[in-house]
Amino acid sequence: MTIRKYLVLLCVVVFGSIGDTFLARGMKEVGAIDVHHLAHVFSALGNPWVVIGIFALLGFMSSYMIALSFADLTYVLPATAIGYVFMALLSRFWLHEYISAQRWLGIVFITVGVGLVAGGPALTEHPPANASDTSETVEEETVEERV
Amino acid sequence: MKTLYTWLCIIIVVCTAAAGDVFIAQAMRRIGDLGELRRKQGLVSVLTRVLSSGALFCGIFFMALAFFSNLVGLSWADLSLMGPASAALTFVTNAIGAKFFLDENVDKRRWFATVFVCLGVLLLTTS
Repeated sequence: MTIRKYLVLLCVVVFGSIGDTFLARGMKEVGAIDVHHLAHVFSALGNPWVVIGIFALLGFMSSYMIALSFADLTYVLPATAIGYVFMALLSRFWLHEYISAQRWLGIVFITVGVGLVAGGPALTEHPPANASDTSETVEEETVEERV
Repeated sequence: MKTLYTWLCIIIVVCTAAAGDVFIAQAMRRIGDLGELRRKQGLVSVLTRVLSSGALFCGIFFMALAFFSNLVGLSWADLSLMGPASAALTFVTNAIGAKFFLDENVDKRRWFATVFVCLGVLLLTTS
């Protein structure tokens, strides 16, 4: 894992958190959408917070896809869960919100989980697909030689 | 009855989100490291390979299903139930999907990590 790859994981965390936050703020301004008038959900696209949220989520999706191109799914998902910890710590030290003992325990659990997965290899090494083809060809040739 | 519908919705969200993640991961695995590809073949080649991947669009389709199932679930249940339940369970189903469909090496370390993160998310979001 290079610094560039850790930066991609950081982008997944940051864009995901920002996107969710902006979308939630925008949808609060738009108000509740009636189940019988679901088409009204498109009116939310005129809200600037929703638009910024969608752009942030596009950034999240791009960095998520890049992360999955060099690391396993079971590495990327737990590793990016550190975003929950950042959000909780931001709310404690920036917004001065109260964090209960249960939340601190949750933060410890996530940190341990992220530490565990980050300490291991990022990608499962699979033999290249043409390697098995080659072995099959060799086996076929050997059979032909025997015949 | 409403509780049954809510949990049915949570199960659909969890399964479709996991299917989406597995398809997208499979597509990106087949395409290869995007950073290296861009250096060797250029951005146009990377975009062509990404946009011609059927598995990627399957993944996006399942992600969209998960998103709309989540919206329906939120109309029946509180975010305080839907959010933690679907987020925590998705970690476990993704690990199972990655092991059996992506053939990832989900060893003890990764199982422990998944369970710790899952419990941590539950503790953080239900307090």
